[in-house]
Amino acid sequence: MAKTVEIRWHGRGGQGAKTASLLLAEVAFNAGNFVQGFPEYGPERMGAPITAYNRISNEKIRVHSNIYEPDYVVVVDETLLGSVDVTAGLKSSGAIIVNTEKLPAEIQGHLSGYMGKICTIDARKVSLETLGKYFPNTPMLGAVVKVSGVMEEEKFLNDMKKSFAHKFATKPEVIEGNIKAIEMSMKEVNGI
Amino acid sequence: MAIRESLSGNEAIALAMKQINPDVLPAFPITPSTEIPQYFSQYVADGLVDTEFVTVESEHSAMSACIGSQAAGARTFTATSSCGLALMFEMLYVAASSRLPITIACVNRALTGPININADHSDTMGARDSGWIQLYSENNQEAYDNFIQAVRIGEHKDVMLPVMVCQDGFITSHAVENLELLEDEVVKKFTGEYEPEDFLLNVQRPIAVGPYDTANFYMEHKRQQAEAMSNAKKVILEVAEAYKKLTGRNYGFFEEYRMEDAEAALVIINSTAGTAKEAIDKMRMEGKKVGLIKIRVFRPFPFDEIKSALQNVTAIAVMDRCEGFSAAGGPLFVEVRSAMYDSLKRPSMVNYIYGLGGRDVRVEDIETVYNDLFKIIESEAVGQIYRYLSVRE
Amino acid sequence: MRNKQGKLITSEISWKDITPGGMVFESGSARYFKTGDWRTMKPVFKADQCKQCLLCVPTCPDSSIPVTAGKREDFNFEHCKGCGICAKACPFDAIDFIKDQK
Repeated sequence: MAKTVEIRWHGRGGQGAKTASLLLAEVAFNAGNFVQGFPEYGPERMGAPITAYNRISNEKIRVHSNIYEPDYVVVVDETLLGSVDVTAGLKSSGAIIVNTEKLPAEIQGHLSGYMGKICTIDARKVSLETLGKYFPNTPMLGAVVKVSGVMEEEKFLNDMKKSFAHKFATKPEVIEGNIKAIEMSMKEVNGI
Repeated sequence: MAIRESLSGNEAIALAMKQINPDVLPAFPITPSTEIPQYFSQYVADGLVDTEFVTVESEHSAMSACIGSQAAGARTFTATSSCGLALMFEMLYVAASSRLPITIACVNRALTGPININADHSDTMGARDSGWIQLYSENNQEAYDNFIQAVRIGEHKDVMLPVMVCQDGFITSHAVENLELLEDEVVKKFTGEYEPEDFLLNVQRPIAVGPYDTANFYMEHKRQQAEAMSNAKKVILEVAEAYKKLTGRNYGFFEEYRMEDAEAALVIINSTAGTAKEAIDKMRMEGKKVGLIKIRVFRPFPFDEIKSALQNVTAIAVMDRCEGFSAAGGPLFVEVRSAMYDSLKRPSMVNYIYGLGGRDVRVEDIETVYNDLFKIIESEAVGQIYRYLSVRE
Repeated sequence: MRNKQGKLITSEISWKDITPGGMVFESGSARYFKTGDWRTMKPVFKADQCKQCLLCVPTCPDSSIPVTAGKREDFNFEHCKGCGICAKACPFDAIDFIKDQK
């Protein structure tokens, strides 16, 4: 029987939600899974709300539709909470992971009565401390792996090291910061 | 040994192109196919291919450059989508009638208006009568496999026709999925070199191409071109057989999914076939006898084979991801229905126009189509033949 | 004109024997097509008036003014359609343009 985890990402154009979904697909693939990582395309510009998706499964994935009943939702920008129905269709057995400095209880009121697990991570703080700049996607990737348990943490970290070494071959100085960002966000995510 | 990889549909096509290492690649960018020449130009810049990359000023020029270079004797590829294919339209006919086996990666996208960048098949369906062989792909694996096979099909001496390899824009072109790749040397061996009998740069036997043709000869040329398209059927199966030996993956004119005892069947093209398979498995668990024909080869059209595959089904829904504006159904419907005319039992048939301009198709949407077919079977009344799926009334 | 197997291409040829895409396998085959038959007017070369300036030669659309060792010769009428451009181009009145009598 297929065990498929479905994840929906909400972000703003330019924040790297699409890149994060493709990165998650890559690491899940490296861990031996069948994967899909795809954005929903429209006339996006910097700052416009965007959606991206992941399917991770132990069997070949054939469905080519968007995801309407995700197991996990990742919100890369908390200002979306007021304008996008981020918990639409989200399974109560799953979880929502929001990038915010607030605690889960403080944002519950903005999630249209969602009764499942709420996790928060201050990706801005993590990013500034480890990378010196605001790139929320790497910390969010760490948080979603931690919360969803879609792959073994140690294996994930090793894969990310390899992946970053390849991706940032021309600027090795950022590899360590990105790994630290993932480790830190896995430690600091609230509400697990 | 197969190489396990995760790539987007566009990356998979660019990689197939790199492995084949064409002589010339003229291209002009258009969403969602832009990434293909973009990735490929990086291979050129990195010295990984020997290809002459030609930056042209339009798609009309891209196809014109393809025609010139293929006629000269060079294996030539390009990529395009939507309005880009539309702008090539005049030259598509020149390529096919000059019998030049150019290979084009076409990433399906709606044609304007209103302006839309997402998937449907109005672009390549519009070019269905241009004389090109058309192969369609459900997913990234098929896009990759089809492109490699396309080169050998088109260049076969009994065929000598251009081939377009189609996949759904964004849905597969921009989605990262698992696939299995062949090693570079295996692909090179499979596709070999382009060795036309006659080409412009052959000083041993000078030729001229693209002459004016009078009414006295034009029709004989068209009849000969039609023969080449008929010959393509045999060659498509031969190439599929050779490819199966390499990969274990099975390709034909179409894929039959759970058709052995199906009462209700869909006929569909490209990515939605995967979603439909999911719906079929779900409904089969509920005891419903449902199946699917996924068209891979639309040109040449597998007329007799379609009839054989569908003749024992009770009700069929043909799914068109484009309008034909005939006010009587889309292009796939018309051809499948025509193929069924001579079948003894003549199944009930309806047409659904679906997924236009990227309208998403869910497993549940496909289930409603099958349920509609069961209503037809129970009531023994077809009702409206030409229908729309998931449109707001 | 012939196909690759050497078969003459006439209006009787079958679709099986015609060349793919109308490919032409013979160079310079235009010389077999005698467009001189079309002529109703004809140029007349007056050698005594000619200064051998050669201004007429490139104006001929049918290459019907032969040049040997830098000097033009009399017209080749196999392909001359009688357009009269050469007569207009001549600055020395060395080409008459008259009604053709076949």
